[in-house]
Amino acid sequence: ATITVRDALNQALDEELSRDPRVFVMGEEVARYNGAYKITKGLHDKYGDSRIIDTPITEAGFAGITVGAALMGMRPVCEFMTFNFSMQAIDHIVNSAAKARYMSGGQLGAPIVFRGPNGSAAGVGAQHSQCFAAWYGSVPGLKVLSPFNALDARGLLKAAIRDDNPVVFLENELMYGTAFARTPEFDDVDFTLPIGKANVEREGSHVTVVAHSRAVHTALEAAKLLAEKDGISVEVINLRSIRPLDIPTVIASVKKTNRLVTVEEGWPLFGVGAEIVAQIMESPAFDFLDAPIERITGADIPMPYAKNLEAMAVPQPQNVVNAVKRTLGKL
Amino acid sequence: MHRSLVLSRSFASGASALRITVPSAIAIHRPASMPATALAEPSTTVTTSRDELFTFLRTMSLIRRVEIVSDQQYKARMIRGFCHLYSGEEAICTGMEAALDQSRDAMITAYRDHGNHIVRGGSAEEVFAELFGRATGMSKGKGGSMHFYNAKKLFFGGNGIVGAQCPVGAGLAFGAQRLGTGGVSVSCYGDGAANQGQIFEAMNMAALWKLPAIFVCENNQYGMGTSTRRGSADDNYYSRGHYIPGIKVDGMNVLAVKEATRVAREYAVNHGPIVMEMSTYRYSGHSMSDPGVSYRTRDEVQKVREERDPIERLKGIMLEAKAATEADLEAVEKEIKIQVDEALAKALAAPEPEPSQLTADIYVGKYEGTIRMVEKS
Repeated sequence: ATITVRDALNQALDEELSRDPRVFVMGEEVARYNGAYKITKGLHDKYGDSRIIDTPITEAGFAGITVGAALMGMRPVCEFMTFNFSMQAIDHIVNSAAKARYMSGGQLGAPIVFRGPNGSAAGVGAQHSQCFAAWYGSVPGLKVLSPFNALDARGLLKAAIRDDNPVVFLENELMYGTAFARTPEFDDVDFTLPIGKANVEREGSHVTVVAHSRAVHTALEAAKLLAEKDGISVEVINLRSIRPLDIPTVIASVKKTNRLVTVEEGWPLFGVGAEIVAQIMESPAFDFLDAPIERITGADIPMPYAKNLEAMAVPQPQNVVNAVKRTLGKL
Repeated sequence: MHRSLVLSRSFASGASALRITVPSAIAIHRPASMPATALAEPSTTVTTSRDELFTFLRTMSLIRRVEIVSDQQYKARMIRGFCHLYSGEEAICTGMEAALDQSRDAMITAYRDHGNHIVRGGSAEEVFAELFGRATGMSKGKGGSMHFYNAKKLFFGGNGIVGAQCPVGAGLAFGAQRLGTGGVSVSCYGDGAANQGQIFEAMNMAALWKLPAIFVCENNQYGMGTSTRRGSADDNYYSRGHYIPGIKVDGMNVLAVKEATRVAREYAVNHGPIVMEMSTYRYSGHSMSDPGVSYRTRDEVQKVREERDPIERLKGIMLEAKAATEADLEAVEKEIKIQVDEALAKALAAPEPEPSQLTADIYVGKYEGTIRMVEKS
């Protein structure tokens, strides 16, 4: 049996709404419309107006309202129709939520999950296709999660809702419809994944490829190609968590493979890959590197609309194949 | 200026009722769709007591004295960064608090937060210690002037981003509504913040969902150096959320504020959001870096001090009501001065935060990652 990322997210929300009466979902079209991307499908019917709350189009307003509700003791799930619109509300995420604990000397807490699709989408142009992992990942006081598959989606969303801190939960629209194996964890209502732990998706010995979100899929595709055509064994790490960043797992892998490639769909400058490269530079793994680290990122441009141009702006498996071969001196 | 009249007086005890006339609300806005009976007119007769009048006097004098000393300490370079003083505006938080229920009514304000903190049970010592960046400050020295909180008393700051406190305040009302506490939220914002889009976003949702939210526009006539006329196409702040009612009040008369807040609270609990516009004035500049005389005249400030000062007006009411003698009033002043001097000495002697505080309280509970310092350890 299989389950899509969309259904995994829906099931996780359903279970957490059922588990804790303080949890509610707020956002645009989340209730009667069943969610712009149908992540909240059926929840309004089941939980009603008091738990699944449609807002007007007013990101700064409703993000701020979820912060206030959290300060009063509720546990909001704040849906942004896409994270592109979270820019209207970023002040509340960064200034109202993330810093509340620290500025108050430990008096306040804001347990909120800010969630929605993030990253590159298809054919929607520059304003609706960008990754905010690096932006939110830089903010102390936030936790930032970036699930890849259905299991990640389930385990990390449930962990995020149960966490006492503000969590930015970056989904990917292009992954919503992708189906993955429905493993026994989907039947365990108390299953969560640990925040801050990366997952080795595929073991390998020649080179480490580290990625997050949909780029994990790109990395796995590349690993398959490299194994089949070139006999190269790639270890693929799925970060799952952007903040905290699980560098120990990357270090352990680099010590084994001696080579590292990072893959992300976000922009190159000051990005997730840039951070990993810097941290590996500063770590004991540096001495284990047999080649310079390679970064594969989205192109340093606003996302174009035309299909051929868009494909050139987003990492493809062949880009990862090329980078792996370069680190091995085979290209 | 209306004089306050004493209608009845009791000599039995400090707690017995005194009825005093106050000026009526300056203006009331009732949306056309609203039944006229939903919002009562604030009464021109306020019931108070000798004890309450003395409490008002002590609270307002304490706030004023704390601000005067903060001004001195800032100039002595004991206080860093931004410091926004509340002198002239004391009657607002003091009068409101008398009509609120601290056990369930939440309060949030902007960066000019010393007074709100004091009425929510904060001590002068905690204020000074926070301003000096000491471990005994209300936020352990980590918040500073703009970030005072008292979670136990439902005081949520202390927000340094102009206007951001209003959606958060609406969220406090949302929480109160969903948790069924019966409480309201009070969100204070200035005439400058009133032009931020998120104020309207908050009012819109508060109205849609009938949140028990009181939006309090403290109109002190200037957003930094920009007068209301230069900053607001419509400076009738009490009616700018046109689909929700509003009351404009003399924010420099503590009894008028109390009475209007009583009415507003009753409305908010039963019907949903309401705006209160408090007509007030700040004696100091916007912050300590602003002498406050480049965009207004010294005469203008002096005139307000002479004619509208909230503390002097309260004293006048107390004398007229024979609730106090000149000697009583002087005694309060002396008592407050001593109290503030002692608080100042204690705060000055308090230790700085421990170095371990640098990385404490970034997260609730354990953080799964490592916190990088200036040098990677």
